[in-house]
Amino acid sequence: MCLAIPGKIVELMSSGDQDCAMVEVVGVRRKIDVGLLSEDKPVPGDWVLIHVGFAMSKISEADATDQMNTLRALGEVEGAMQEVQGYGLDHDPDHGSGGDPNDAPSEYTPPPITKAIQ
Amino acid sequence: MRFVDEFREPELISKTAEEIRRLAGTERHYRMMEVCGGHTHAIYRFGLKDILPENIELIHGPGCPVCVLPMGRIDDGLSIAKDPNVIFAAFGDMMRVPGTLGSPLEHKARGMDVRIVYSPSDALKLARLNPDRHVMFFAIGFETTAPSTALTIKRAKGEGIHNFSVFCNHVTIIPAIRAILDSPDMRLDAFIGPGHVSTVIGCRPYEWIAQDARKPIAVSGFEPLDMLQSVVMLLQQLKKGEAKVENQYKRVVPWEGNRAALKVMAEVFQLRPYFEWRGLGFISQSALRLRDEYAEFDAEQRFNVPGIRVTDPKAAQCGEVLKGVLKPHQCKLFGRECTPERPVGALMVSSEGSCAAYFNYEHRKTPLTQLSVA
Repeated sequence: MCLAIPGKIVELMSSGDQDCAMVEVVGVRRKIDVGLLSEDKPVPGDWVLIHVGFAMSKISEADATDQMNTLRALGEVEGAMQEVQGYGLDHDPDHGSGGDPNDAPSEYTPPPITKAIQ
Repeated sequence: MRFVDEFREPELISKTAEEIRRLAGTERHYRMMEVCGGHTHAIYRFGLKDILPENIELIHGPGCPVCVLPMGRIDDGLSIAKDPNVIFAAFGDMMRVPGTLGSPLEHKARGMDVRIVYSPSDALKLARLNPDRHVMFFAIGFETTAPSTALTIKRAKGEGIHNFSVFCNHVTIIPAIRAILDSPDMRLDAFIGPGHVSTVIGCRPYEWIAQDARKPIAVSGFEPLDMLQSVVMLLQQLKKGEAKVENQYKRVVPWEGNRAALKVMAEVFQLRPYFEWRGLGFISQSALRLRDEYAEFDAEQRFNVPGIRVTDPKAAQCGEVLKGVLKPHQCKLFGRECTPERPVGALMVSSEGSCAAYFNYEHRKTPLTQLSVA
């Protein structure tokens, strides 16, 4: 539950009144919600800690690396990547298996959410 | 096997461990509670117990949201989803948690529409994609997760979505710490404060622990060095007879917390007069419900909820373990009737639960990330 995943903001985007951003987590790109950082908005290139699909806080790049190492040491990287790939915000229900398959490293099995959400 | 040099500043880890031994001395025993389940997992995983001197005892706190949820709440949530028009959406952590008639996963096997989501936003998306069905998100978590649920509810209202609701089990950490401090069988010297909860609430809400209860608290990160540094901070305070709030996790936790997150929580949620915690009983003002302005999205107001209360299996001693009165392996069911594969109590379900952590790293001896300090 307490998993916080470091991600780099690649692009800011908004849909309706929703502040979203494309983030990259170990090469995987997913759309997340950045509405909880409305008082200190991130810009592309910033690093954030992500929890359940929402950016919770801005961190430095060095801290992002440390956080990824911590997840690795805790044996949580697979779970974190499954969570990130599971975020369905950018999945188009009418096309394919969700997200851009080119973004996903082949060694990760598709998470159950992809099926669940469609 | 990993060794200490794979972590941040390995020399500093060794030095910090030495400093702990020096500060702790041998004259007295120290009992420190790590509040957060993430810390519990990390402590077992890194084998921190083997690094700390014997007179420092770490007590596992109530900060695993899955573990403190009473079984009756799971039954209540599942009872709503008996309606075939309802989709039961929850985080993966919830799926194997036993209710009286089985876990959400077992209900799914019997035909209930149960979906795993990784974000509350995805539950809302399910509602958009299934306009003829009702999507109920079974929300759990402390203040780390509650703002995300709040923002999702606010968005649902803004978009005019009518087929979405939240069965809200969000709890707040401060009243639980207060209940533990008030408990007569609890004797604690200090607290290792939760890291990610504090990104939201900041450090200020802990000030009463220092000022009124006179216990030191250090908000801590999750790396071995973080937790060892926090232990040093706490020992230094205890040696000097001080009690204050320290922030070891400054690189992530601002003293004031995340104001936008606190604001949206306050806008959407209000405190319940009381809420039941597994192992700790009823604690006043310790959980969140939706404000009346958001009643349409409150599954408890929208549906008939039986309000089931279930006592834990008599033989299971989750309450005593949760309060640190018993160690996980001292429970009668531990490792026999109750295992991570077939959990009886919730502490065995989540990897953040102290029983599951103990089982995996102490009992089953899963190869762990080994810290070796000379």
